[in-house]
Amino acid sequence: MDFQVVANNYVFLIAQGFLGIGAFTGGTLRLAIPAIVLGFILGTLVGLARLSPSRWLHWPAKIYVEFFRGVPLVMVIFWFWFMIPALAGKSLPEYSVALTAFVIFEAAYLAEIVRAGIQSVPRGQVEAATATGLSKNELMRHVILPQALRNMIPALVTQFIVLLKDTSLASIIGYVDLTKAAQIVNNREIRPFELYLFIAVIYWLCSYSMSRYARHLESRLAAR
Amino acid sequence: MNYQFNWSVLWSGQSGGWLWLGVLTTLQIFVLGLALAVILGILSGALRTAPFAPLRWLAGGYVEFFRNVPLLVWMFFWYFGVPPLLPQVVQDWLFEHGVEFWAGVFALGVYHGARFSEVMRAGIQSIPKTQLEAALSTGLTVAQAYRLIIIPIALRLIIPPATNETVNLLKNSSVALTIGVAELTFQTRQIETYTAKAFEALLAGTLIYLLLCLTISTILAYVEKRVAIPGMIAQGQTGEA
Repeated sequence: MDFQVVANNYVFLIAQGFLGIGAFTGGTLRLAIPAIVLGFILGTLVGLARLSPSRWLHWPAKIYVEFFRGVPLVMVIFWFWFMIPALAGKSLPEYSVALTAFVIFEAAYLAEIVRAGIQSVPRGQVEAATATGLSKNELMRHVILPQALRNMIPALVTQFIVLLKDTSLASIIGYVDLTKAAQIVNNREIRPFELYLFIAVIYWLCSYSMSRYARHLESRLAAR
Repeated sequence: MNYQFNWSVLWSGQSGGWLWLGVLTTLQIFVLGLALAVILGILSGALRTAPFAPLRWLAGGYVEFFRNVPLLVWMFFWYFGVPPLLPQVVQDWLFEHGVEFWAGVFALGVYHGARFSEVMRAGIQSIPKTQLEAALSTGLTVAQAYRLIIIPIALRLIIPPATNETVNLLKNSSVALTIGVAELTFQTRQIETYTAKAFEALLAGTLIYLLLCLTISTILAYVEKRVAIPGMIAQGQTGEA
């Protein structure tokens, strides 16, 4: 074992692999952050559609969620990787493919979080707001969503941890995230034990600190 | 768009049997990985509630370390990182018996064991404390009380969240393609590479995964109904996908 290899390469691994600063379009965070934001927007729409009384909205939303929750993410990434060129006639960069796949996949999970958050708002709130004369849209915007969002935050942080770990799978189509960066370095240095252990520690630090934070938020919500 | 469909690549010609081989390998790695994960999960989940702090720390360390790192990194770690450090005899045996398969089983089992552990712990914590106290007062030791009373009750309570985890384990077995295990996703991709029929291959693979997930949840829903303890539901899930 020789951890010199980590000392020589950690700048590349963190700057290029984790943050995405460098020669390649890459970076774990550069994929994870837009993916959670866009995924949340799409997930909110799907989650609202699932709660809609119209069956033209809630059935497609239910099928969407159940479908993506029953298929491995690797498979979804390959769908986009192979089908976008076949449909569009030209291939897109890895970043766009990975981002599209993650947004669409994560939206299915985020939709369930949004749905649970909305359902956690007490029924009396809805009745009280309706009694004051708010319209359906105003009710959603001013009464339900703000409270639902607050209840969703711990689950959203947890989902972001899942997403952060899942972005490692973007490396299989060649996107240069932290895992791919470690592979690149390993191809030159042949020090797999040290390098993979090092990136495991980086993932661990992010993921563990965020999960502690999520637990803290949860206990604060429970105390309210 | 001028794509020529040719569904027969899935069952005839050179690529004919590949899908089936992939399903078999996926099932093998799933069953072995699940067995390892369940054993590790029950053990460490029980230890996390044990009335002896060092054991709790040990089990907690295992869970927090393994579940907070991506499975893909563990696959690479167990496949590329660990075998060169093993004794020569073990290395030789592994290379003769498909090292990628065993590394895949190990990565899946250890990673999901940490996640099953959380489910198990939640199950044990949802059992009223008086159960353990009653068991101890009859003269059982702590180990006996866990083995005979607490763990069997917990197992009956945790089936809904454990179903989620089992389905996740099946889906995550697809990550083993990155270390060259010829499972279902790997074969799907191989068919695409050899025949350029991406749509057919991916659709077949996707439908097989959906079918397998549905089968697992149907079986476990039946088991849940059979072993349910009236009036008790396990509290809390890990909430992760």
